Amino acid sequence: MALTGLEIFKLLPKTNCKKCGMPTCLAFAMQLAQKRAQLKDCPDVSEEAKQQLAAAAAPPIRLVQFGSGDNRVQTGQETVMFRHEEKFYNQTVLAVTVSDKLTGQDLKDRIESINSLQFERIGLHISVNAIAVINDSGSADAFASAAAAVKDTSSLAIILVSDSPDAVAAAVAKTGDSSPLIGQAKPDTAEAMAKIAKENNCPLTASAESVEALANLTEKIKAQGIEDIVLNLDGLNLRDQLYNLSKIRALALKKTFRLLGYPTMAFVPDGDADQQAAYATSLICKHSSIVVVNMVEPYAFLPILTARMNIFSDPQKPIQVEPKVYPIGEPDDNAPLMFTTNFSLTYYTVESDVEASRVPSYILVVDTEGTSVLTSYSGDKLNEKTVADAMVKFDAENLVKHRKLIIPGYVAVMSGKLEEATGWEILVGPRESSMIPKYLQEIWK
Amino acid sequence: MPVPEVKESFAGQVSRVTLGSTKDSGGTRTSTVTVGGARNVVYGGSIEQAGEKPVIAMDVLDSRPDDWPETLAEHYQDVMDSPGDWAKKCVEEFGADLVCVKFDGIHPDKADKDAAHAVKVTEEVLKAVGVPLILWDSGNDEKDNQVMPKVSEAAKGENVLIGTVKEDNYKALTALALADGHHLITHAPLDINIAKQVNILVSDMGFPLEKIVTFQATGALGYGIEYAYSIQERQRLAALGGDKMMAMPAICDVGYESWRVKEAKLEDAPGWGAVEDRGPMWEATTAICLLQAGVDIIRMRHPRAVATVKNFINQIWQ
Repeated sequence: MALTGLEIFKLLPKTNCKKCGMPTCLAFAMQLAQKRAQLKDCPDVSEEAKQQLAAAAAPPIRLVQFGSGDNRVQTGQETVMFRHEEKFYNQTVLAVTVSDKLTGQDLKDRIESINSLQFERIGLHISVNAIAVINDSGSADAFASAAAAVKDTSSLAIILVSDSPDAVAAAVAKTGDSSPLIGQAKPDTAEAMAKIAKENNCPLTASAESVEALANLTEKIKAQGIEDIVLNLDGLNLRDQLYNLSKIRALALKKTFRLLGYPTMAFVPDGDADQQAAYATSLICKHSSIVVVNMVEPYAFLPILTARMNIFSDPQKPIQVEPKVYPIGEPDDNAPLMFTTNFSLTYYTVESDVEASRVPSYILVVDTEGTSVLTSYSGDKLNEKTVADAMVKFDAENLVKHRKLIIPGYVAVMSGKLEEATGWEILVGPRESSMIPKYLQEIWK
Repeated sequence: MPVPEVKESFAGQVSRVTLGSTKDSGGTRTSTVTVGGARNVVYGGSIEQAGEKPVIAMDVLDSRPDDWPETLAEHYQDVMDSPGDWAKKCVEEFGADLVCVKFDGIHPDKADKDAAHAVKVTEEVLKAVGVPLILWDSGNDEKDNQVMPKVSEAAKGENVLIGTVKEDNYKALTALALADGHHLITHAPLDINIAKQVNILVSDMGFPLEKIVTFQATGALGYGIEYAYSIQERQRLAALGGDKMMAMPAICDVGYESWRVKEAKLEDAPGWGAVEDRGPMWEATTAICLLQAGVDIIRMRHPRAVATVKNFINQIWQ
């Protein structure tokens, strides 16, 4: 069980040397107790203390990595049940299946279509992370050649899914140097699978039909010297998977129950692309570290990946857009110019409504440290000076021929001062962004 | 090693709300809808603690919308000028649990229609369908204060869910809803403190807490859903913690929010898949996300998205 800060402190050198970056050993001990620091940051800790502390200092959910190069993924090490308590750290690994019944061009096409599931959103790249090769054929040779084809055709991380240790051994022989996640180890194959994992230095998926059976299984696998384990609930319907995934997360975090302190993997149940996207979204939100889907339709992946991005964003840190002038459509020097703040939610709402108006326009984004219009105005981050400075900085004068600036309706009160500060005519826009299309189409004209 | 217990005992629960009045209780609805009642977080504990099944309210606009993308509008072209037929289609063809009449057409910046029009629409929809109704104002305080009391009166005895009341505009509608026997939606702009404040203000007027449904405002997927998501999770935790002022069921507006974003509407988007698939998927995914955080009533628009979300709900809340 976890040690308290004081219990940890007793085992530390008590030299207050600051080498760990903390002012005192006690402060470091407190950070260790909260799992916010690692013991290796203390260079002088004794071997004996190390052993005693290692167990307690380990994160409640182990970090497991697989794949290679730029596509190496890390999963697990979450610290909370709800994102608002702190944040979720490691984005769900999204994987797509490739059946080893596919051969030749069909196999190649499937892998290529998975490779192309990549999107840009608000300036960020989002994509699928892994390919799960499924041993549907039952043949070790077919499994090994499908795995080899995936390795040759894709740089995504590889997950090997088979009940047969022979098939996994054959596939690892072809893919071992790209560090796949291998499995599934079940109660009767645990030893054989653990042996392959150990020989090839790969993380191993443990698969069982209940939380209790999983705990027994990981105990068995750990006894073989395997530490990097991924948990999979086998044969459960979606509802039971979701309830048990929450239970596993709670056992790991609230009870520091080490036998279930690992990342999890879920296969979405069968269904059309819409249904699979719905299932995958729920599994991303509620605690599956790896989600495997059996589809390749881009229209379904864009929302799933966006959901993942949103849920894993840091609730303490508002996402900001770069302060500058954003042309929407192809505006010329007669186009309307309006400003908003650099809080991403505010900006993208305005952008979406300006786009909807089909009136080519310029949006000037004023740096308000990621706060909304009303918040930044009351915090004095949005005032006539910050707006006027932004207009100079981003050369509003040479952008448009007219001298009219549209301002958010909520800050109509700043019109007078802003007019004085800039010499521009101030037009008060709508309070709600949704009225921008009407404003631009009817009032601006 | 035996697996330890992780049972949590919560002091409170989400209150249970029943919408709609049948003949026995003085209304004309043929069915009622009950939501709320959760005694744990979503997927916490056991299914017995999950409370009532979440429901879908499909939007019917009082006036023909002119800004709906084709992917969405094509399902309603034949009924857009007749709110009664529109409501009927939602219930009979698309399986709506409730109908939400959204009075966009009374907004001064839109069609600026009067109270007589709004009353007529309410009567038409009440007559056309037997499911409970939600009656939702235009968002313009001044105009809503003129029109919504008449709407409330027109639905007197039907036990509708009417709204929305806000921190700075709650008195008129709260008094009317109380007099006409309706449930009330309290509305806050993604701010949990204001949400609680509105509930306190409304209950200070004598409005019963157990007849309130909260609307925390909704952000679409990709456009602030994470704020709504965390507020819904915090609201559920507050309810479970015994805070009576936060123990109401929650409604969210997925239809409007998701159909105004680029990803749902943009036709020419190479690599994103066809817009006919992408639009409904965006709406469905927005709804699915919010279901994970704990919402009870979801306002939606596209029949395909409704089917996806209903299928999900049926898998989880059996």
